[in-house]
Amino acid sequence: MTDDTLLSARGLNLRFGNIPALIDVDADLWPGEVLAIVGESGSGKTTLLQVLSGRVAPQSGVVWYRDPEGRLLDVHAMPAPALRALHRSDWGFVHQNPRDNLRMGVTAGGNVGERLMAQGSRHYGRIRAEAIDWLKQVEIDGARVDDLPRVFSGGMLQRLQIARTLVTHPRLVFMDEPTGGLDVSVQARLLDLIRSLVRRLNIAAVLVTHDLAVARLLANRIMVMQRGVVVEAGLTDQVLDDPQHAYTQLLVSSVLSA
Amino acid sequence: MTRMLEVENLSKDFLLHLQGGVRIPVLHAVDLHVSAGECVALAGASGAGKSTLLRSLYGNYRAGSGVIRVRHDGAMIDITTAPPRRVVEIRERTLGYVSQFLRVVPRVSAIDIVADAARDMTTEQAHNLASSMLNRLHIPARLHTLPPSTFSGGEQQRINLARGFIGSHPILLLDEPTASLDNANRDIVIAMILEAKARGAAVVGIFHDTHVRDAIADRLYHVLPRQDAA
Repeated sequence: MTDDTLLSARGLNLRFGNIPALIDVDADLWPGEVLAIVGESGSGKTTLLQVLSGRVAPQSGVVWYRDPEGRLLDVHAMPAPALRALHRSDWGFVHQNPRDNLRMGVTAGGNVGERLMAQGSRHYGRIRAEAIDWLKQVEIDGARVDDLPRVFSGGMLQRLQIARTLVTHPRLVFMDEPTGGLDVSVQARLLDLIRSLVRRLNIAAVLVTHDLAVARLLANRIMVMQRGVVVEAGLTDQVLDDPQHAYTQLLVSSVLSA
Repeated sequence: MTRMLEVENLSKDFLLHLQGGVRIPVLHAVDLHVSAGECVALAGASGAGKSTLLRSLYGNYRAGSGVIRVRHDGAMIDITTAPPRRVVEIRERTLGYVSQFLRVVPRVSAIDIVADAARDMTTEQAHNLASSMLNRLHIPARLHTLPPSTFSGGEQQRINLARGFIGSHPILLLDEPTASLDNANRDIVIAMILEAKARGAAVVGIFHDTHVRDAIADRLYHVLPRQDAA
């Protein structure tokens, strides 16, 4: 790892019974960079995301995070309250199912404002104004600020989740299949949104997806996983256009082109 | 003149695991040097490896062996061994590439695609420059705000050209930049390439159109089919 590495993992191993989920996985992420983790279901990509973000502990290995003051934090050795504070401030997590992150009984504006309040904001008018601003940034009509998420479509829920995640200006966002389960037209809109927000706010992101086209459009670098092992990693377009490993060649050649 | 690109002893095979591990040799011991202000046209029969060479120069294909050094911020850097994020940085500031096909996020407008590729200017300046480049390439203003997925092949290629040229990269890699253009647009692309050379850009490209090639290329580099090489 280098002086400016944001997140760095070394030697991650994790087994679920007899099933290896991670075998000797290393990963690095630098500020402002988008790293895609791709592979089939069961390849270990979501497990890797969970371990990188401190939500699941590895059986061996270490994950380092460099905080804004330049200190290296051992993510899995941190006290639980410190890790929770990190998730509320520097980090964000975008789930495949927005209902896992949103509070369905709280208004759209409340869902966004809550993260600000958790960071210490207390001025109601300012929180509401910022919530409305973020709804607009994710292309939700500001007039919907008092609506409950349950009346939103799937695509709107996903955008609301992104607003809730980004309102606190995280430096690092973990995304688990953010466009999975959405209509392709909604996917395209969401991809554009994620791409422009990540660039404009200079956010680093780790993106788990099974969709190689999503990885190509969003990620600078890519890691290909198979049965818990990173079989190939590198520049996204190089790995997808000139895959070296048999499994990557299989993945790339299996994609339907429209 | 300043040496901008140095390829030495570059070789490249494709190993196809899904086809029983067959190995297809493409490039063998390529040596190519390109200086600032110079344009080299890659020549050779179809399938000889011209596109493979061009893609290798961009780091889109991984070199098998040999080195590809590009002048980046004053130093020669081997992109075959540079870490991926370094290559990303080199592409942002030094290596421009115009491919034959436009590949973009579906919903983004033509003007945003072009303006996004601009460097060292404000968003407003980038949009103004993108707009004037699109106008120059005869993309009517009413199309600027539309995503190019429904555009014709020639229009998409011109979006791609505007995007490739707006960054004024010191090295330009051009893969058949005039393949689907009419004569008027072809002449504009010739003018753009000549202007790039005049500002000191090193240009490497594949130009099947001999009129284009004669107008811009200082010399040809013959890519030999692998079985004929060595």
